[in-house]
Amino acid sequence: MDSDIVLETRDLTKHYGGVHALEGANFILRQGEHVAIMGDNGAGKSTFVRQITGVERPTRGEIIFYGEKVQFDGPLDAREAGIETVFQTLALADDLDVPDNLFLGREKTLFNLGPFSILDYRGMREATKAGLEKTGVKIPNIHNTIRNMSGGQRQCVAIARTATFHSRLTIMDEPTAALGVQETAQVENIIRALKEAGEPLILISHNMRQVFDLVDRIVVFRRGRICANLVKEETDGQDVVAYITGAKTQDEYAEAF
Amino acid sequence: MTDGSHGVGGVTFDASRRRWPNEVNIFAALILIILIFEALGALLMNQSFLFDSRGRFDTIFNEQRLRIIILQVSIIGIIALGVTQVIILGGIDLSSGSVVGATAMITMSFAQVATVNGHPNPKAVFGPELMDLPAIVPVIVGLACGLFAGLVNGLLIAYTRIPPFIATLGMLVSARGVAKWWTKGQPVSFPTEGYAWIGSGMMPVIWFVLLAVLFHLILRYTVYGKHTYAIGSNEEAARMSGIAVDRHKVLVYAIAAMLAAFAAIVLSSKNLTAQSGMGVVYELYAIAMAVIGGVSLAGGRGSIVGTVLGALIFGVIQSGFTFLRLDAFYQEMVMGAIIVGAVVLDQWRQKRAALRS
Repeated sequence: MDSDIVLETRDLTKHYGGVHALEGANFILRQGEHVAIMGDNGAGKSTFVRQITGVERPTRGEIIFYGEKVQFDGPLDAREAGIETVFQTLALADDLDVPDNLFLGREKTLFNLGPFSILDYRGMREATKAGLEKTGVKIPNIHNTIRNMSGGQRQCVAIARTATFHSRLTIMDEPTAALGVQETAQVENIIRALKEAGEPLILISHNMRQVFDLVDRIVVFRRGRICANLVKEETDGQDVVAYITGAKTQDEYAEAF
Repeated sequence: MTDGSHGVGGVTFDASRRRWPNEVNIFAALILIILIFEALGALLMNQSFLFDSRGRFDTIFNEQRLRIIILQVSIIGIIALGVTQVIILGGIDLSSGSVVGATAMITMSFAQVATVNGHPNPKAVFGPELMDLPAIVPVIVGLACGLFAGLVNGLLIAYTRIPPFIATLGMLVSARGVAKWWTKGQPVSFPTEGYAWIGSGMMPVIWFVLLAVLFHLILRYTVYGKHTYAIGSNEEAARMSGIAVDRHKVLVYAIAAMLAAFAAIVLSSKNLTAQSGMGVVYELYAIAMAVIGGVSLAGGRGSIVGTVLGALIFGVIQSGFTFLRLDAFYQEMVMGAIIVGAVVLDQWRQKRAALRS
């Protein structure tokens, strides 16, 4: 058994009633690797992510995380295991500030009094600063509420969450879809910083240039199935588009289509 | 440009986006309203509204009026503390006035004395074995009533996904029914001395201040407070972050109803009697106090400090109208306009904030 496999899914499947949103996905991510997941809308990318981040429970199949078979009962479960996700719809509370959002749902406390536990504001502030530094995110005032931040800053806050919690796997679902040029560049810089730090990452993106800039490998989904597994150096944009649109399918995945 | 003034990706951080706390605005509004009444007083009544104008210098303020103002807002203010939490959570509680009625009736029944002036208590609900009980018994019964009502509200809202407006509207009607059914409409009177102490003199103000401080600290410094703001701010994000949203909702509605129940205890103790009509429209006054105090009906924003200021504004306006000898009809008309105005102002501020970012 390979010891450098971070995440492996075997026959991962999700049906919503009669809709087969994800069918038999076999996926492998290795240590330090950045992999892009591409595909048309409704190809199963987001469904795949929802299964491995615990947002939904798969209909069938196995998820193996660092050699251990896991079953997440909820997003917090997955986060506790070390899978940090930056969702397409930012999971941020607009009226709270940066440390509050980073620690949402897993606040540091001084005394444990159940729901009335006293918050450790200082501890959360220090950890936030360290996390922002690690990702190279610059936010001038971490006590500003999210509502008062630009789209890029919001996205960076969401990404900084991953660094604050020593995540073992980062997943980003279209992190730059709503951002301007400069802000996109900043987010891409953060992703490069993660690559240099050897942190594994799954990137879901429609942006061909971005994908070729940032990742080592491209996995293409089509109609709920994986249809190609491409090493970046051995492919190009046109080739990937051919797989996305269904003009091509790799031989090893062909029998399902 | 210095490093510190830079946002992410070269986006310059605009310091003006960080406004001073909203409570400052509300405090300014309070001062402004007082000044308006002072001016009207000087013009129309030839006397001061809040300051002692009779030429005695041992007191600066008109203590009697101040006392009335804070006393009359205290009891509804206690309800408003709970309503504030529910609104920050992104919900609404219309049931608190009826919970006050039902709780007052039931609680008072456990607080009665056996004999009044040597005669048996003419308003007795229970037999003598349930009379002359220590005051703690009716207090616990009252809080239990509140807990029950709050659990029903919270469980309905969290687990059947009924809109809070509907669930608490149901409770508004049902709890009022309980209040009337309990004694078939008869008032319940003659409480024990211990029970009467709870709401005597300035005690309602003391309870209000103590509870306001307690819940200010809880909202500001505990996980409970943080989750309340988080859910009101973005319920989906709170759920994705692993917050037990449904359980938390039940807790907040339970606490709100228990605060309404405590207000009922203080109110019935202060009046030395309980009637089935007690607390009618209190829920709306409590919501008004919160909204005037800057608690956003969209959820996620507001504070106990704001609500306390909102309660004071509420009291000052009421007292100011009495001072100007305006009829109660006008009071209600203007109060309605102020409530609507506060919501309009809040929406306008939200829109402006959205445009900025």
